[in-house]
Amino acid sequence: MQKAKKKKRPGAVKLRFFLFLTIALVVFSLIAPLFAPHDPNATNPQTLNLAPCAEYPLGCDLYGRCVLSRILAGAGTSVFSAVALVALTFVIGTFAGMISGWYGGIADTLIMRIAEIFLAFPQMVLAIAVAGILGGGMGNAMLALGVTGWTLYARLARAQVMTLKEEPFVQAARLSGFGAFRIMFRTLLPNMAGPLIVNAATQLGTMMISLAGLSFLGIGVQEPKAEWGSMVAASRSYMQLAPWAVLAPAFAILITVMIFNYLGDCFRDYLDVEAEHE
Amino acid sequence: MLKYIGKRLLHLLIILVAVSFITFLLMYISPGDPARKKLTSGGSIAVSEELLEKTRREMGLDRPFLVQYGSWLSGVVKGDLGNSYKDGLPVSAKLSKGLGYTLTLSLSSLVLALAVSLPLSILTAVKKNTPADYIFRFLSFIGNSLPNFLISVLLMYFLCVKARLLPVIAENSFKGLLLPTLALAIPLSGRFLRQFRAEILEQLGKSYVSGAAARGVRSYYILISNVLHNALPGILTVIGLSVGTLLGGSVVIETIFRWPGLGKLVMDSITARDYPVIQGFVLFAAVVYVLINLVTDLLHRKIDPRIARQEGRV
Repeated sequence: MQKAKKKKRPGAVKLRFFLFLTIALVVFSLIAPLFAPHDPNATNPQTLNLAPCAEYPLGCDLYGRCVLSRILAGAGTSVFSAVALVALTFVIGTFAGMISGWYGGIADTLIMRIAEIFLAFPQMVLAIAVAGILGGGMGNAMLALGVTGWTLYARLARAQVMTLKEEPFVQAARLSGFGAFRIMFRTLLPNMAGPLIVNAATQLGTMMISLAGLSFLGIGVQEPKAEWGSMVAASRSYMQLAPWAVLAPAFAILITVMIFNYLGDCFRDYLDVEAEHE
Repeated sequence: MLKYIGKRLLHLLIILVAVSFITFLLMYISPGDPARKKLTSGGSIAVSEELLEKTRREMGLDRPFLVQYGSWLSGVVKGDLGNSYKDGLPVSAKLSKGLGYTLTLSLSSLVLALAVSLPLSILTAVKKNTPADYIFRFLSFIGNSLPNFLISVLLMYFLCVKARLLPVIAENSFKGLLLPTLALAIPLSGRFLRQFRAEILEQLGKSYVSGAAARGVRSYYILISNVLHNALPGILTVIGLSVGTLLGGSVVIETIFRWPGLGKLVMDSITARDYPVIQGFVLFAAVVYVLINLVTDLLHRKIDPRIARQEGRV
């Protein structure tokens, strides 16, 4: 059935381009701190709120720290943590959902009830409360968003497994004596990856926005550690004197989220599945 | 229908009990001793051991976990969410004071977002793949990619600092409401436009549309009485789910613009480690969110009787 549709689907080039761009962005975010022209945390009383110039291409912030260096140093935190969070919730949620759909019974009731309870909270409200109570830090912020994030994939994976379970090819795998886990991961997973991937790609932008939002509120990454959301927050009160210190990280966030969202759109068009409403 | 509502309400009750349990757990994951937090949140640093012991007993912290939960829950049912650590005022009183502000802000943002996105989504769906469609879709894409805190900061920079059109700090007036409303409404309209357009396009592609057109029914009549009517349940779901975004967004926006609603109250409470207030807000937000989604579901069935019939058959 799958083999017959071998002809190139529209959007393949666009998808490849944005996939490449996203991977390049993630790799770059990991090595970016190496390119920082100055020490991102070094304060300098001589360059307080310095306007962009040859030595400091994006100017300096209220403590005289090089904005470009801080953006590069913060790339790892801002970009990579969003990707890692999506990957983690994706794996955990998919696994829970597959178990739930495959075994049914008590496991299903238990997992789905837990998911339902977490879905009753607006994601950002619970995240703000959890991160706020636990105190800042990227780990806590990721945990705060992760407790609700996995439910999306769990519900999707469960629904997919339930429909695929009765298909002849799954029955055949079962009759061949394959174990439950082999069937789940080798037979089922490749056949249900589409909607899961579309939703994961859509979540990249959402998670990036949420993590930056928590850091902006001061309950995510803490100063002086560089992170784009907290950079915007820290320089906000000096916007009149040094707008570059706010605008540079702001555009870094905007451009990254746009690339992530484009990737989500490309996946959606290519695989022709609709993402879930948030 | 009544039987269905009863079933849903029972289910709702179970969910709410579970939600209250999670909310109560929030207190437990908070680092440190609640009695000490209560005593020190007023500003004093040195607290004697006897006073701590006394406060613990007063707060019932020496009782088993489930007993504490039970007594907290029985208070919550009666509308008693405990007292603030900071000033000893009842949490429910503090929340109801901020509620009006948050409601004003959320409603005005929702109305603005709908006023912008509904007509535009119809336009972009009908004029699919025309320049107008591309332009508005691109704008909605940008709106969707802009975190609300960035919009706030950019709006402040361009309107308040550069153009000096508006005051930076929101007073309780129309002028003060304008910026926070815009900051909440822009990303919301971006998302609405996108999802409404998808709902309308899905209906436009159905065969009943071409059938009606072939019979000579006027196109605007098909659009208004068939297409929009059938797209309405999907649109309502999107609006219902946006309440969660508004509640979360209000924390960010109210903090930035110093709008004295629930969101600002929560951020102030996080800074002051005033946990009962945070707990009260989370519980309130979850209850509102669950209820709104129940109402959307019920409206869904009212508009589209097929859903109920389908379930009846299964």
